Amino acid sequence: MKAAVILFPGSNREGDVASALKHVTGVTPSIVWHADTELPAGTDLVVLPGGFSYGDYLRCGAIAARAAIMDAVRAHAARGGLVLGICNGFQILCESGLLPGVLVRNARLRFVCREALLKVERSDTPFTRRYAKGAIVRYPVAHGEGNYTADTEMLKRLEGEGRVVFRYVMADGKRDDTQVLNGAANSIAGIVSEKLNVLGLMPHPENHVDPLLGPTDGRALFESIAGVLERA
Amino acid sequence: MTSTEPKITPELIAEHGLKPDEYQRILTLIGREPSFTELGIFSAMWNEHCSYKSSRLHLRGLPTKAPWVIQGPGENAGVIDIGDGQAAVFKMESHNHPSYIEPYQGAGTGVGGILRDVFTMGARPIAALNALRFGDPKHPRTRHLVAGVVAGIGGYGNSFGVPTVGGLVGFHTRYDGNNLVNAMAVGLADADKIFYAKATGVGLPVVYLGSKTGRDGIHGATMASAEFGEGAEEKRPTVQVGDPFAEKLLLEACLEIMEAGCVVAIQDMGAAGLTCSAVEMGAKGDLGIELDLDKLPCREAGMSAYEMMLSESQERMLMVIAPGKEEQAEAIFLKWGLDFAIVGYTTDNLRFVVKHKGEIKADLPIKELGDEAPLYDRPWVETPKQQRIDPASLEISATIPGALERLIGSPDFASKRWIWEQYDHLILNNTVQRPGGDSAVVRVGEGPKGLALTCDVTPRYCEADPFEGGKQAVAEAWRNITAVGGKPLALTDNLNFGNPEKPEIMGQLVGCLRGIGAAALALDFPVVSGNVSLYNETNGRGILPTPTIGGVGVVDDIEKTATLAFKAGGEAIYVIGETTGWLGQSAFLSEILDREEGAPPPVDLELERKNGDFVRSLIEAELVTAVHDVSDGGLLVAITEMAMASGIGASLLAPEDGINPFAYWFGEDQARYVVTVASGEKAQVLRQAEAAGVTIAKIGGTGGDRLNIPGERPLVIDTLRERNEAWLPIYMGAGLM
Repeated sequence: MKAAVILFPGSNREGDVASALKHVTGVTPSIVWHADTELPAGTDLVVLPGGFSYGDYLRCGAIAARAAIMDAVRAHAARGGLVLGICNGFQILCESGLLPGVLVRNARLRFVCREALLKVERSDTPFTRRYAKGAIVRYPVAHGEGNYTADTEMLKRLEGEGRVVFRYVMADGKRDDTQVLNGAANSIAGIVSEKLNVLGLMPHPENHVDPLLGPTDGRALFESIAGVLERA
Repeated sequence: MTSTEPKITPELIAEHGLKPDEYQRILTLIGREPSFTELGIFSAMWNEHCSYKSSRLHLRGLPTKAPWVIQGPGENAGVIDIGDGQAAVFKMESHNHPSYIEPYQGAGTGVGGILRDVFTMGARPIAALNALRFGDPKHPRTRHLVAGVVAGIGGYGNSFGVPTVGGLVGFHTRYDGNNLVNAMAVGLADADKIFYAKATGVGLPVVYLGSKTGRDGIHGATMASAEFGEGAEEKRPTVQVGDPFAEKLLLEACLEIMEAGCVVAIQDMGAAGLTCSAVEMGAKGDLGIELDLDKLPCREAGMSAYEMMLSESQERMLMVIAPGKEEQAEAIFLKWGLDFAIVGYTTDNLRFVVKHKGEIKADLPIKELGDEAPLYDRPWVETPKQQRIDPASLEISATIPGALERLIGSPDFASKRWIWEQYDHLILNNTVQRPGGDSAVVRVGEGPKGLALTCDVTPRYCEADPFEGGKQAVAEAWRNITAVGGKPLALTDNLNFGNPEKPEIMGQLVGCLRGIGAAALALDFPVVSGNVSLYNETNGRGILPTPTIGGVGVVDDIEKTATLAFKAGGEAIYVIGETTGWLGQSAFLSEILDREEGAPPPVDLELERKNGDFVRSLIEAELVTAVHDVSDGGLLVAITEMAMASGIGASLLAPEDGINPFAYWFGEDQARYVVTVASGEKAQVLRQAEAAGVTIAKIGGTGGDRLNIPGERPLVIDTLRERNEAWLPIYMGAGLM
């Protein structure tokens, strides 16, 4: 597997995801500068990391979505290549049209960093094969603008097509849209593209891979990706 | 010098915060009347914030050396050797006055300033902490300040990308008009690649890097060196505006150009901006500096030399670049989209010369600007000693369970989750112990080494007895590092006091410093950096003396750190250290009886060391399952915190006859820890305690879901936790609806 992590000015979790990839899969990703126009030859997985690209100025993800490298990322996605956007990466994917909808300010208007419980809604995506369908996992969140929203039509379509991959749930494993930590529509934490090759999610699987630091529920996500790419 | 600048009048001098005798000193020093720009430069260099003129004399008494200290006070941050060729670089600094006037920007730029201090030395920041003090929760401004300060700290640190892993938050009416924001940053560097402010070499380019200079923050340091009266809010324009995005870029660009070998000397532009950074670089290197302000990157047109020299615009650096490296350095900065401009040169004449539009705006002796700053031996009086409180003399109508419930639900003891969940405490993937424990623990590199980090002080103690209070602040930081299994290495102190021109306030400062010095010496816990914030007064009323101690220790193996949560039922609970039932200045006395009086608990430094070394040896030998230091609130609060963190209850033994039960459960005797021990290890622990000459007593056992105190109604742990978690969200929620 060859992985590339895109570095925008203001990205700050590129190291977290790079070390998680290495920790779980043994692969050291290349770090690709936003102003470049090409991905390294043979790139299988592109990661848009968390952070505050361009300071979240204008609108989070909006400026990064227009960075030079994003044409190459879009082309990679169009070829069916895997793209993983975490947190700010999810915001960039929405802003660049690779995923529908948008992330707005948390309903309680505050940044929130805590462990979140998520339900893995499907296990047949390249990102979730190593999870059981319906599994409840713990990833931390750390965001001020993770409140997913889309128009009613689009939400209906996403649900109809089963494109919600991760959903926030309460301690009892059930979703409660009125209590969800950031106000996300339908408690959506992560969605995939139609072809299942682009995943955007707000929580941070990369921060839950090392038993020394806490739970390790994030490992299976990276194992899934590596498994798919090794078979390919 | 030009005639368009204002004339120097006594009023103008006073507006610059300079006393008549200080102005006289300027006249003597330069032999003529200063220009307007020069007056501004002197006011920037000679205010309390930059010159430490009231505290310098007494700071000299602090122990600052140890074999592992690479750099003590006097640089941007302290540096200690943590083994394996690595160094920890850290400092704590206040941003009190700006955070009261404009909490979001004031607190945010406080974080930005301390992060810059750390990466200026070549270290990548790996953790941030903060110690916050707010006024009475009932004060109409408190909620606004809490919301703004917390959002400001989060807004800056989260975006910059440093985990905010710990700190402390307290409330007291004495901070009503002067909340405290003490921000600490810790960075990691190679021990042989530390960068300093000292310039070397004549004729080398002085380079300006980072964001452009605007009119924000002019006279910020002068404002921070005065008391507040009515209308403090009008000082908003003196508060800087932070841009964490620019700071993140500045960090990456600086580390890259350091790595490329371009940097001879570096100084960030913090308080007093370009003036202070340029003077320090020159003065430390015995060189003059000549600046050409026409080259300065400015955000707005028409700025005067005076404004450029005094601006405190954020996210700026000054560097002396190695010969022939200008182009390489410039390319790195342009890559990160930052400004890069050669704004001057080093000279051999020891003058600080500022040119603007063909005129010389300032020409001053560079060494004297710092060295000849006023130094005051201000009169001080010792704080009168208070009597020890006899528990028998207290009329107590509360019950023990009732008092415990009130304490853990009170502002100082209530869970601060609402606050630390607004800080990204996980970024960088190294947070081993998250907020809420005795110390935060962060992994160093790939491990197994880690750093234990904490902030501590008990202002009530410092007010009642500055010497004992100063000792206690250091001892508690040392104890908190010990309680996770760390070896305490060094500390940074952030001294927050009222107006030093009042002898009683000066007495608090002197007393606390002596206490800090005594404890630092006895515990081999030297002071390597620090900051002094005086004039924390409003309408003549000062804050409680608050010398915040930031402690750093090393953990050899992060897999062996201890945490405070009970681990299992059926384990024995021991208290290490002597319990005499000291209630003077205790939280019980203050919160339950509404009395802040009596002598605070004395700190026996030898005992601290003995007991702490013993606890650390138990953790290293993996003989204890949970460890918590006993601090304010006493034994029962410590046990309750261990229970709440785990959901596991405890059944406690009755105190021995002859001790007042309230004093036993809530007294604040020092040098104590609560530990739990699995049944198979009990004999071994007791044997080792005896061998070490350490007092140890069994006080109960873990198990169930309740806290059982003999003869009292049982308390359900979940209910206690709900109470502990409830106060802050409810308090803040009421203000946000």
